[in-house]
Amino acid sequence: MENIITIKNLKKSFGSLDVLRDVQFSVGKNEVITLIGSSGSGKSTLLRCINLLEVPDSGEILFHEQNILEGSIDVNKHRSAVGMVFQSFNLFSNMTVLNNCMIGQLKVLGRDKESSQKKAMDFLTKVGMDKFAHSYPDQLSGGQKQRVAIARALCMDPEVLLFDEPTSALDPEMVGDVLDVMKTLANEGLTMIVVTHEMGFARDVSTRVVFMDKGVIVEEGPPSQIFTNPQQPRTKEFLSRYLG
Amino acid sequence: MNLLLSAAASDNLLLQAVNIFIKYKSLFWYGVKITLLISLTGTVIGLLVGLVVGGLRAMEIEPRDPAPVKLFKKLWAVLSTIYVEFFRGTPMIVQAVFMYYGLKPMLHWEPIPAAIFIISINTGSYMAEIIRAGIQSVDKGQIEAARSIGMTSIQTMRYVVMPQAIKNSFPSIGNEFVVNIKDSSVLNAISVTELYFQSNSIAGSIFKFKETFLVTCFIYLILTFTTTRILYYIEKRLRMPRSSFPASQTVNEVNHL
Ligand SMILES: Nc1ncnc2c1ncn2[C@@H]1O[C@H](COP(=O)(O)OP(=O)(O)O)[C@@H](O)[C@H]1O
Ligand SMILES: [Mg+2]
Repeated sequence: MENIITIKNLKKSFGSLDVLRDVQFSVGKNEVITLIGSSGSGKSTLLRCINLLEVPDSGEILFHEQNILEGSIDVNKHRSAVGMVFQSFNLFSNMTVLNNCMIGQLKVLGRDKESSQKKAMDFLTKVGMDKFAHSYPDQLSGGQKQRVAIARALCMDPEVLLFDEPTSALDPEMVGDVLDVMKTLANEGLTMIVVTHEMGFARDVSTRVVFMDKGVIVEEGPPSQIFTNPQQPRTKEFLSRYLG
Repeated sequence: MNLLLSAAASDNLLLQAVNIFIKYKSLFWYGVKITLLISLTGTVIGLLVGLVVGGLRAMEIEPRDPAPVKLFKKLWAVLSTIYVEFFRGTPMIVQAVFMYYGLKPMLHWEPIPAAIFIISINTGSYMAEIIRAGIQSVDKGQIEAARSIGMTSIQTMRYVVMPQAIKNSFPSIGNEFVVNIKDSSVLNAISVTELYFQSNSIAGSIFKFKETFLVTCFIYLILTFTTTRILYYIEKRLRMPRSSFPASQTVNEVNHL
Protein backbone atom coordinates (compact mmCIF):
# COMPACT_ATOMS: atom_id res chain seq x y z
CA MET A 1 0.00 0.00 0.00
CA GLU A 2 1.24 3.47 -0.89
CA ASN A 3 1.89 5.58 2.19
CA ILE A 4 0.84 9.20 2.15
CA ILE A 5 2.35 9.96 5.53
CA THR A 6 5.17 8.22 7.35
CA ILE A 7 6.22 9.47 10.75
CA LYS A 8 9.52 8.40 12.29
CA ASN A 9 10.87 9.03 15.78
CA LEU A 10 8.76 12.11 16.23
CA LYS A 11 9.40 14.08 19.41
CA LYS A 12 7.87 17.26 20.70
CA SER A 13 8.02 18.88 24.10
CA PHE A 14 6.59 22.07 25.52
CA GLY A 15 9.19 23.25 28.02
CA SER A 16 9.84 20.32 30.30
CA LEU A 17 6.68 18.50 29.23
CA ASP A 18 7.36 15.71 26.73
CA VAL A 19 4.15 15.58 24.75
CA LEU A 20 5.26 13.31 21.91
CA ARG A 21 7.88 10.74 22.82
CA ASP A 22 9.14 8.83 19.84
CA VAL A 23 6.03 8.40 17.73
CA GLN A 24 6.16 6.04 14.71
CA PHE A 25 3.17 5.97 12.49
CA SER A 26 2.11 5.70 8.90
CA VAL A 27 -0.99 6.45 6.89
CA GLY A 28 -1.82 4.73 3.63
CA LYS A 29 -3.99 6.07 0.84
CA ASN A 30 -7.75 5.73 1.51
CA GLU A 31 -7.20 4.78 5.13
CA VAL A 32 -9.51 6.09 7.81
CA ILE A 33 -7.59 6.17 11.03
CA THR A 34 -9.10 6.97 14.37
CA LEU A 35 -6.75 8.22 17.02
CA ILE A 36 -8.03 7.52 20.51
CA GLY A 37 -6.61 8.10 23.95
CA SER A 38 -7.30 10.04 27.10
CA SER A 39 -7.05 13.80 27.26
CA GLY A 40 -3.48 15.11 27.33
CA SER A 41 -1.98 12.07 25.64
CA GLY A 42 -0.72 14.15 22.70
CA LYS A 43 -3.32 13.41 20.01
CA SER A 44 -3.90 17.02 19.02
CA THR A 45 -0.20 17.75 19.05
CA LEU A 46 0.42 14.84 16.67
CA LEU A 47 -2.22 16.13 14.24
CA ARG A 48 -0.90 19.66 14.50
CA CYS A 49 2.61 18.44 13.71
CA ILE A 50 1.31 16.74 10.57
CA ASN A 51 0.14 20.02 9.09
CA LEU A 52 2.94 21.99 10.71
CA LEU A 53 0.84 24.13 13.00
CA GLU A 54 3.32 22.78 15.52
CA VAL A 55 7.00 22.29 14.72
CA PRO A 56 8.36 19.02 16.15
CA ASP A 57 11.67 18.97 18.01
CA SER A 58 13.06 15.99 16.15
CA GLY A 59 12.13 13.07 13.93
CA GLU A 60 10.76 12.90 10.42
CA ILE A 61 7.39 13.41 8.83
CA LEU A 62 7.43 12.10 5.30
CA PHE A 63 4.68 13.26 3.01
CA HIS A 64 4.98 11.17 -0.15
CA GLU A 65 8.61 10.38 0.71
CA GLN A 66 9.43 14.08 1.16
CA ASN A 67 10.43 15.13 4.69
CA ILE A 68 8.29 18.16 5.47
CA LEU A 69 10.54 19.13 8.36
CA GLU A 70 13.29 20.08 5.95
CA GLY A 71 13.77 23.79 5.62
CA SER A 72 13.37 23.75 1.86
CA ILE A 73 9.72 22.68 1.68
CA ASP A 74 6.89 25.12 1.03
CA VAL A 75 4.95 25.06 4.30
CA ASN A 76 1.84 26.72 2.90
CA LYS A 77 1.69 24.37 -0.05
CA HIS A 78 1.95 21.43 2.30
CA ARG A 79 -0.79 22.78 4.55
CA SER A 80 -3.14 23.24 1.64
CA ALA A 81 -2.73 19.54 0.83
CA VAL A 82 -3.47 18.49 4.40
CA GLY A 83 -6.83 19.76 5.57
CA MET A 84 -7.72 20.30 9.20
CA VAL A 85 -11.08 20.33 10.93
CA PHE A 86 -11.02 21.76 14.43
CA GLN A 87 -13.03 21.04 17.53
CA SER A 88 -14.03 24.69 17.74
CA PHE A 89 -14.86 24.96 13.99
CA ASN A 90 -12.90 28.18 13.50
CA LEU A 91 -14.97 29.42 10.58
CA PHE A 92 -13.83 32.87 9.50
CA SER A 93 -16.38 34.98 11.31
CA ASN A 94 -15.97 37.97 8.96
CA MET A 95 -17.00 35.93 5.89
CA THR A 96 -20.13 34.26 4.66
CA VAL A 97 -20.29 30.49 4.49
CA LEU A 98 -19.62 30.67 0.76
CA ASN A 99 -16.62 32.94 1.17
CA ASN A 100 -15.26 30.67 3.89
CA CYS A 101 -15.21 27.95 1.25
CA MET A 102 -13.82 30.17 -1.51
CA ILE A 103 -11.06 32.20 0.10
CA GLY A 104 -8.49 29.39 0.18
CA GLN A 105 -9.23 28.38 -3.39
CA LEU A 106 -8.85 31.96 -4.58
CA LYS A 107 -5.84 33.05 -2.56
CA VAL A 108 -3.91 29.84 -1.99
CA LEU A 109 -4.70 27.69 -5.01
CA GLY A 110 -5.15 30.61 -7.38
CA ARG A 111 -8.39 29.28 -8.85
CA ASP A 112 -10.73 31.68 -10.61
CA LYS A 113 -13.86 32.96 -8.97
CA GLU A 114 -16.28 30.95 -11.03
CA SER A 115 -14.74 27.54 -10.47
CA SER A 116 -14.12 28.30 -6.80
CA GLN A 117 -17.75 29.17 -6.33
CA LYS A 118 -18.90 26.08 -8.15
CA LYS A 119 -16.70 23.83 -6.06
CA ALA A 120 -17.77 25.57 -2.86
CA MET A 121 -21.44 25.10 -3.71
CA ASP A 122 -20.87 21.45 -4.62
CA PHE A 123 -19.28 20.68 -1.28
CA LEU A 124 -21.80 22.76 0.65
CA THR A 125 -24.52 20.75 -1.03
CA LYS A 126 -22.72 17.59 -0.09
CA VAL A 127 -22.68 18.52 3.61
CA GLY A 128 -26.25 19.81 3.39
CA MET A 129 -25.36 23.46 3.93
CA ASP A 130 -25.95 24.95 0.48
CA LYS A 131 -29.02 26.81 1.70
CA PHE A 132 -26.81 28.70 4.14
CA ALA A 133 -24.26 29.86 1.58
CA HIS A 134 -24.94 33.51 2.32
CA SER A 135 -25.25 33.21 6.09
CA TYR A 136 -22.52 34.25 8.49
CA PRO A 137 -21.05 31.73 10.93
CA ASP A 138 -22.69 33.52 13.86
CA GLN A 139 -26.08 32.58 12.47
CA LEU A 140 -25.36 28.85 12.45
CA SER A 141 -25.58 26.12 15.06
CA GLY A 142 -22.48 24.20 16.08
CA GLY A 143 -23.31 21.22 13.92
CA GLN A 144 -23.93 23.46 10.91
CA LYS A 145 -20.66 25.28 11.49
CA GLN A 146 -18.75 22.04 11.64
CA ARG A 147 -20.28 20.83 8.39
CA VAL A 148 -19.26 24.10 6.73
CA ALA A 149 -15.77 23.67 8.18
CA ILE A 150 -15.60 20.25 6.56
CA ALA A 151 -16.75 21.71 3.24
CA ARG A 152 -14.15 24.47 3.54
CA ALA A 153 -11.43 21.87 4.02
CA LEU A 154 -12.70 19.72 1.13
CA CYS A 155 -12.67 22.68 -1.25
CA MET A 156 -8.88 22.63 -1.09
CA ASP A 157 -8.89 19.07 -2.51
CA PRO A 158 -6.71 17.81 0.32
CA GLU A 159 -4.94 14.47 0.04
CA VAL A 160 -5.61 13.81 3.68
CA LEU A 161 -8.03 15.41 6.10
CA LEU A 162 -7.27 15.70 9.81
CA PHE A 163 -10.12 15.93 12.31
CA ASP A 164 -9.42 17.00 15.87
CA GLU A 165 -12.41 15.97 17.99
CA PRO A 166 -14.86 17.33 15.44
CA THR A 167 -17.93 16.50 17.51
CA SER A 168 -16.70 17.22 21.03
CA ALA A 169 -18.02 20.79 21.14
CA LEU A 170 -21.44 19.88 19.74
CA ASP A 171 -24.77 19.45 21.42
CA PRO A 172 -25.61 15.72 21.40
CA GLU A 173 -28.41 16.07 18.85
CA MET A 174 -26.01 17.51 16.28
CA VAL A 175 -23.28 14.94 16.56
CA GLY A 176 -25.08 12.55 14.21
CA ASP A 177 -25.23 15.00 11.29
CA VAL A 178 -21.50 15.62 11.43
CA LEU A 179 -20.64 11.94 11.83
CA ASP A 180 -22.86 11.12 8.84
CA VAL A 181 -20.91 13.53 6.67
CA MET A 182 -17.65 12.00 7.85
CA LYS A 183 -18.96 8.50 7.15
CA THR A 184 -19.85 9.49 3.60
CA LEU A 185 -16.36 10.88 3.05
CA ALA A 186 -14.81 7.73 4.48
CA ASN A 187 -16.87 5.54 2.18
CA GLU A 188 -15.78 7.62 -0.80
CA GLY A 189 -12.18 6.81 -0.01
CA LEU A 190 -10.96 10.09 1.46
CA THR A 191 -7.86 9.56 3.57
CA MET A 192 -8.68 10.70 7.08
CA ILE A 193 -7.11 10.83 10.52
CA VAL A 194 -9.76 11.40 13.15
CA VAL A 195 -9.14 12.14 16.80
CA THR A 196 -12.38 11.22 18.49
CA HIS A 197 -14.10 9.90 21.56
CA GLU A 198 -16.94 8.53 19.42
CA MET A 199 -16.16 4.85 19.81
CA GLY A 200 -19.04 3.88 17.53
CA PHE A 201 -17.42 5.81 14.69
CA ALA A 202 -14.04 4.28 15.47
CA ARG A 203 -15.47 0.78 15.45
CA ASP A 204 -17.77 1.06 12.45
CA VAL A 205 -16.05 3.46 10.10
CA SER A 206 -12.31 3.40 10.61
CA THR A 207 -9.96 1.01 8.92
CA ARG A 208 -7.43 1.29 11.74
CA VAL A 209 -7.54 2.38 15.35
CA VAL A 210 -4.51 3.92 17.00
CA PHE A 211 -4.39 4.18 20.76
CA MET A 212 -2.11 6.84 22.22
CA ASP A 213 -1.09 7.27 25.80
CA LYS A 214 1.41 9.67 27.36
CA GLY A 215 2.98 10.66 24.06
CA VAL A 216 3.48 7.23 22.55
CA ILE A 217 1.42 4.94 20.38
CA VAL A 218 0.64 2.02 22.63
CA GLU A 219 -1.29 -0.15 20.25
CA GLU A 220 -2.79 -0.06 16.80
CA GLY A 221 -4.78 -2.37 14.60
CA PRO A 222 -8.07 -2.91 12.85
CA PRO A 223 -11.08 -1.94 14.97
CA SER A 224 -12.19 -5.54 15.36
CA GLN A 225 -8.90 -6.37 17.02
CA ILE A 226 -8.59 -3.27 19.19
CA PHE A 227 -12.15 -3.35 20.44
CA THR A 228 -12.59 -7.06 20.97
CA ASN A 229 -9.10 -8.25 21.70
CA PRO A 230 -6.75 -5.47 22.87
CA GLN A 231 -3.28 -6.69 23.75
CA GLN A 232 -1.94 -3.95 25.99
CA PRO A 233 -3.13 -3.44 29.58
CA ARG A 234 -3.31 0.33 29.05
CA THR A 235 -5.56 -0.12 26.01
CA LYS A 236 -7.82 -2.47 27.94
CA GLU A 237 -8.04 -0.06 30.82
CA PHE A 238 -8.86 2.89 28.53
CA LEU A 239 -11.49 0.99 26.58
CA SER A 240 -13.16 -0.39 29.68
CA ARG A 241 -13.73 3.20 30.76
CA TYR A 242 -15.29 4.11 27.43
CA LEU A 243 -17.19 1.00 26.53
CA GLY A 244 -18.30 0.11 30.06
CA MET B 1 -41.84 92.52 23.96
CA ASN B 2 -39.12 93.67 21.57
CA LEU B 3 -38.08 96.30 24.03
CA LEU B 4 -37.87 93.73 26.76
CA LEU B 5 -35.62 91.48 24.71
CA SER B 6 -33.17 94.16 23.73
CA ALA B 7 -33.05 95.48 27.27
CA ALA B 8 -32.23 92.04 28.57
CA ALA B 9 -29.70 91.45 25.79
CA SER B 10 -27.02 93.67 27.23
CA ASP B 11 -26.65 91.55 30.32
CA ASN B 12 -27.97 88.19 29.12
CA LEU B 13 -25.02 85.97 28.24
CA LEU B 14 -27.06 83.65 26.13
CA LEU B 15 -28.61 86.36 24.00
CA GLN B 16 -25.29 88.04 23.47
CA ALA B 17 -23.87 84.73 22.37
CA VAL B 18 -26.71 84.32 19.90
CA ASN B 19 -26.02 87.78 18.52
CA ILE B 20 -22.35 87.05 18.15
CA PHE B 21 -23.13 83.80 16.41
CA ILE B 22 -25.48 85.52 13.95
CA LYS B 23 -23.07 88.30 13.25
CA TYR B 24 -19.96 86.16 12.81
CA LYS B 25 -21.46 82.97 11.51
CA SER B 26 -19.36 82.88 8.35
CA LEU B 27 -16.18 83.17 10.43
CA PHE B 28 -17.33 80.38 12.74
CA TRP B 29 -18.38 78.32 9.77
CA TYR B 30 -14.96 78.71 8.21
CA GLY B 31 -13.41 77.49 11.45
CA VAL B 32 -15.76 74.51 11.58
CA LYS B 33 -14.79 73.54 8.05
CA ILE B 34 -11.09 73.66 8.84
CA THR B 35 -11.60 71.75 12.10
CA LEU B 36 -13.53 69.02 10.31
CA LEU B 37 -11.09 68.93 7.43
CA ILE B 38 -8.00 68.46 9.55
CA SER B 39 -9.57 66.15 12.11
CA LEU B 40 -11.23 63.90 9.53
CA THR B 41 -8.26 63.60 7.18
CA GLY B 42 -5.94 63.30 10.17
CA THR B 43 -8.03 60.45 11.56
CA VAL B 44 -8.24 58.60 8.25
CA ILE B 45 -4.53 58.92 7.49
CA GLY B 46 -3.78 58.12 11.13
CA LEU B 47 -5.83 54.93 10.79
CA LEU B 48 -3.86 53.91 7.72
CA VAL B 49 -0.60 54.58 9.55
CA GLY B 50 -1.93 52.59 12.51
CA LEU B 51 -2.92 49.65 10.30
CA VAL B 52 0.56 49.37 8.86
CA VAL B 53 2.47 50.05 12.08
CA GLY B 54 0.17 48.03 14.35
CA GLY B 55 -0.36 45.26 11.82
CA LEU B 56 3.35 44.69 11.30
CA ARG B 57 3.98 45.02 15.02
CA ALA B 58 1.52 42.18 15.66
CA MET B 59 3.31 39.79 13.30
CA GLU B 60 5.44 37.72 15.63
CA ILE B 61 8.77 36.31 14.62
CA GLU B 62 8.37 32.72 13.46
CA PRO B 63 11.10 30.12 13.75
CA ARG B 64 10.87 29.44 10.02
CA ASP B 65 11.22 33.07 8.92
CA PRO B 66 14.25 33.69 6.72
CA ALA B 67 16.95 35.84 8.34
CA PRO B 68 16.10 39.12 6.53
CA VAL B 69 12.45 38.79 7.58
CA LYS B 70 13.49 38.20 11.18
CA LEU B 71 15.76 41.24 11.06
CA PHE B 72 13.02 43.38 9.55
CA LYS B 73 10.51 42.32 12.19
CA LYS B 74 12.99 43.06 15.00
CA LEU B 75 13.88 46.44 13.55
CA TRP B 76 10.22 47.27 13.05
CA ALA B 77 9.45 46.37 16.65
CA VAL B 78 12.10 48.78 17.92
CA LEU B 79 11.29 51.65 15.57
CA SER B 80 7.54 51.37 16.05
CA THR B 81 7.96 51.34 19.83
CA ILE B 82 9.98 54.55 19.66
CA TYR B 83 7.36 56.10 17.40
CA VAL B 84 4.41 55.09 19.56
CA GLU B 85 6.04 56.08 22.84
CA PHE B 86 7.21 59.45 21.53
CA PHE B 87 3.90 60.55 20.05
CA ARG B 88 1.74 59.23 22.86
CA GLY B 89 4.10 60.55 25.49
CA THR B 90 4.32 64.18 24.42
CA PRO B 91 1.55 66.78 24.01
CA MET B 92 0.32 67.32 20.47
CA ILE B 93 0.75 71.08 20.86
CA VAL B 94 4.47 70.56 21.52
CA GLN B 95 4.76 68.16 18.57
CA ALA B 96 2.97 70.69 16.40
CA VAL B 97 5.20 73.64 17.21
CA PHE B 98 8.37 71.53 17.07
CA MET B 99 7.60 69.89 13.74
CA TYR B 100 5.99 72.87 12.05
CA TYR B 101 8.92 75.16 12.66
CA GLY B 102 11.47 72.36 12.59
CA LEU B 103 10.50 71.18 9.12
CA LYS B 104 9.52 74.56 7.69
CA PRO B 105 12.97 75.36 6.23
CA MET B 106 12.85 72.08 4.31
CA LEU B 107 9.17 71.79 3.39
CA HIS B 108 8.13 75.44 3.25
CA TRP B 109 4.69 74.31 4.32
CA GLU B 110 1.49 76.13 5.13
CA PRO B 111 -0.26 75.65 8.48
CA ILE B 112 -3.08 73.46 7.13
CA PRO B 113 -0.99 70.75 5.46
CA ALA B 114 1.26 70.86 8.51
CA ALA B 115 -1.77 70.41 10.76
CA ILE B 116 -2.98 67.41 8.77
CA PHE B 117 0.48 65.90 8.93
CA ILE B 118 0.74 66.41 12.67
CA ILE B 119 -2.71 65.06 13.50
CA SER B 120 -2.12 62.07 11.22
CA ILE B 121 1.18 61.11 12.73
CA ASN B 122 -0.08 61.73 16.26
CA THR B 123 -3.28 59.76 15.69
CA GLY B 124 -1.26 57.02 13.97
CA SER B 125 0.56 56.31 17.21
CA TYR B 126 -2.72 55.79 19.05
CA MET B 127 -4.24 53.83 16.18
CA ALA B 128 -1.22 51.52 16.08
CA GLU B 129 -1.93 50.47 19.64
CA ILE B 130 -5.69 50.24 19.03
CA ILE B 131 -5.11 48.01 16.01
CA ARG B 132 -2.58 45.91 17.85
CA ALA B 133 -5.04 45.34 20.68
CA GLY B 134 -7.76 44.60 18.13
CA ILE B 135 -5.55 42.03 16.46
CA GLN B 136 -4.79 40.40 19.79
CA SER B 137 -8.49 40.15 20.50
CA VAL B 138 -9.04 37.98 17.42
CA ASP B 139 -9.54 34.33 18.34
CA LYS B 140 -6.32 32.37 17.77
CA GLY B 141 -8.41 29.63 16.18
CA GLN B 142 -9.16 31.98 13.27
CA ILE B 143 -5.46 32.30 12.58
CA GLU B 144 -4.89 28.56 12.84
CA ALA B 145 -7.72 27.87 10.44
CA ALA B 146 -6.29 30.31 7.92
CA ARG B 147 -2.81 28.85 8.21
CA SER B 148 -4.19 25.31 8.01
CA ILE B 149 -5.58 25.93 4.52
CA GLY B 150 -2.22 27.28 3.45
CA MET B 151 -2.68 31.03 3.69
CA THR B 152 0.55 32.97 4.25
CA SER B 153 0.88 35.15 7.33
CA ILE B 154 0.30 38.24 5.20
CA GLN B 155 -2.86 36.76 3.63
CA THR B 156 -4.09 35.68 7.05
CA MET B 157 -3.58 39.20 8.31
CA ARG B 158 -5.22 40.82 5.31
CA TYR B 159 -8.28 38.61 4.84
CA VAL B 160 -9.02 37.18 8.28
CA VAL B 161 -7.39 39.05 11.13
CA MET B 162 -7.52 42.70 10.01
CA PRO B 163 -11.22 42.80 9.11
CA GLN B 164 -12.09 41.34 12.50
CA ALA B 165 -9.59 43.53 14.33
CA ILE B 166 -11.00 46.66 12.71
CA LYS B 167 -14.52 45.64 13.57
CA ASN B 168 -13.57 44.82 17.17
CA SER B 169 -11.80 48.12 17.63
CA PHE B 170 -14.27 50.28 15.73
CA PRO B 171 -15.48 52.08 18.89
CA SER B 172 -11.91 53.07 19.77
CA ILE B 173 -11.16 54.09 16.19
CA GLY B 174 -14.27 56.28 16.13
CA ASN B 175 -13.35 57.74 19.47
CA GLU B 176 -10.06 58.96 18.00
CA PHE B 177 -12.06 61.03 15.51
CA VAL B 178 -14.08 62.63 18.30
CA VAL B 179 -10.90 63.33 20.25
CA ASN B 180 -9.37 64.91 17.14
CA ILE B 181 -12.33 67.21 16.60
CA LYS B 182 -11.64 68.63 20.05
CA ASP B 183 -7.88 68.36 20.21
CA SER B 184 -7.26 69.89 16.82
CA SER B 185 -7.88 73.15 18.67
CA VAL B 186 -4.29 73.06 19.91
CA LEU B 187 -3.17 73.63 16.33
CA ASN B 188 -4.07 77.29 16.74
CA ALA B 189 -0.52 77.36 18.12
CA ILE B 190 0.74 77.15 14.54
CA SER B 191 -1.93 79.57 13.26
CA VAL B 192 -4.25 77.02 11.74
CA THR B 193 -7.54 78.84 11.22
CA GLU B 194 -9.66 76.15 12.85
CA LEU B 195 -12.61 76.76 15.14
CA TYR B 196 -10.67 77.77 18.24
CA PHE B 197 -8.41 80.11 16.27
CA GLN B 198 -11.41 81.74 14.60
CA SER B 199 -13.22 82.12 17.93
CA ASN B 200 -10.18 83.70 19.45
CA SER B 201 -9.97 86.21 16.61
CA ILE B 202 -13.64 87.11 16.92
CA ALA B 203 -13.48 87.40 20.69
CA GLY B 204 -10.31 89.50 20.51
CA SER B 205 -11.81 91.93 18.03
CA ILE B 206 -14.92 92.61 20.11
CA PHE B 207 -13.45 91.93 23.57
CA LYS B 208 -16.18 89.47 24.46
CA PHE B 209 -14.42 86.24 25.36
CA LYS B 210 -17.06 84.74 27.61
CA GLU B 211 -19.85 85.22 25.10
CA THR B 212 -17.87 84.15 22.04
CA PHE B 213 -16.53 81.02 23.64
CA LEU B 214 -19.99 80.04 24.77
CA VAL B 215 -20.83 79.85 21.07
CA THR B 216 -17.65 77.90 20.45
CA CYS B 217 -18.60 75.44 23.20
CA PHE B 218 -21.95 74.82 21.58
CA ILE B 219 -20.46 74.32 18.16
CA TYR B 220 -17.92 71.79 19.43
CA LEU B 221 -20.68 70.03 21.33
CA ILE B 222 -22.85 69.78 18.22
CA LEU B 223 -19.92 68.45 16.21
CA THR B 224 -18.94 65.79 18.74
CA PHE B 225 -22.52 64.83 19.55
CA THR B 226 -23.46 64.37 15.90
CA THR B 227 -20.27 62.44 15.21
CA THR B 228 -20.86 60.16 18.19
CA ARG B 229 -24.41 59.38 17.03
CA ILE B 230 -23.22 58.58 13.51
CA LEU B 231 -20.50 56.33 14.92
CA TYR B 232 -23.02 54.53 17.14
CA TYR B 233 -25.19 53.93 14.12
CA ILE B 234 -22.33 52.47 12.09
CA GLU B 235 -21.25 50.37 15.05
CA LYS B 236 -24.72 48.89 15.33
CA ARG B 237 -24.74 48.09 11.63
CA LEU B 238 -21.37 46.39 11.90
CA ARG B 239 -22.51 44.07 14.63
CA MET B 240 -23.66 40.75 13.24
CA PRO B 241 -26.67 38.95 14.65
CA ARG B 242 -25.48 36.67 17.44
CA SER B 243 -26.83 33.20 17.87
CA SER B 244 -27.23 31.49 21.22
CA PHE B 245 -24.59 28.88 20.48
CA PRO B 246 -21.32 28.99 22.34
CA ALA B 247 -18.54 30.92 20.70
CA SER B 248 -15.57 28.93 19.59
CA GLN B 249 -13.38 27.68 22.37
CA THR B 250 -9.96 29.01 22.98
CA VAL B 251 -7.26 27.05 21.29
CA ASN B 252 -3.72 26.66 22.55
CA GLU B 253 -1.76 29.76 21.78
CA VAL B 254 0.27 29.38 18.66
CA ASN B 255 3.23 31.39 17.51
CA HIS B 256 2.45 31.70 13.87
CA LEU B 257 1.67 34.98 12.21
N1 LIG C 1 1.12 25.12 22.94
C1 LIG C 1 1.27 24.39 24.09
N2 LIG C 1 2.04 24.87 25.09
C2 LIG C 1 2.22 24.15 26.23
N3 LIG C 1 1.66 22.95 26.45
C3 LIG C 1 0.88 22.42 25.49
C4 LIG C 1 0.66 23.11 24.26
N4 LIG C 1 -0.16 22.34 23.50
C5 LIG C 1 -0.41 21.23 24.23
N5 LIG C 1 0.21 21.28 25.41
C6 LIG C 1 0.19 20.24 26.44
O1 LIG C 1 0.55 19.03 25.82
C7 LIG C 1 -0.18 17.95 26.35
C8 LIG C 1 -0.82 17.17 25.24
O2 LIG C 1 -1.78 17.98 24.63
P1 LIG C 1 -2.68 17.55 23.41
O3 LIG C 1 -1.81 17.17 22.29
O4 LIG C 1 -3.64 18.64 23.21
O5 LIG C 1 -3.39 16.25 23.99
P2 LIG C 1 -4.78 15.61 23.57
O6 LIG C 1 -5.21 16.22 22.30
O7 LIG C 1 -4.49 14.16 23.47
O8 LIG C 1 -5.72 15.89 24.68
C9 LIG C 1 -1.16 18.53 27.34
O9 LIG C 1 -0.66 18.35 28.64
C10 LIG C 1 -1.20 19.98 26.98
O10 LIG C 1 -1.47 20.77 28.09
MG1 LIG D 1 -6.89 17.38 21.88
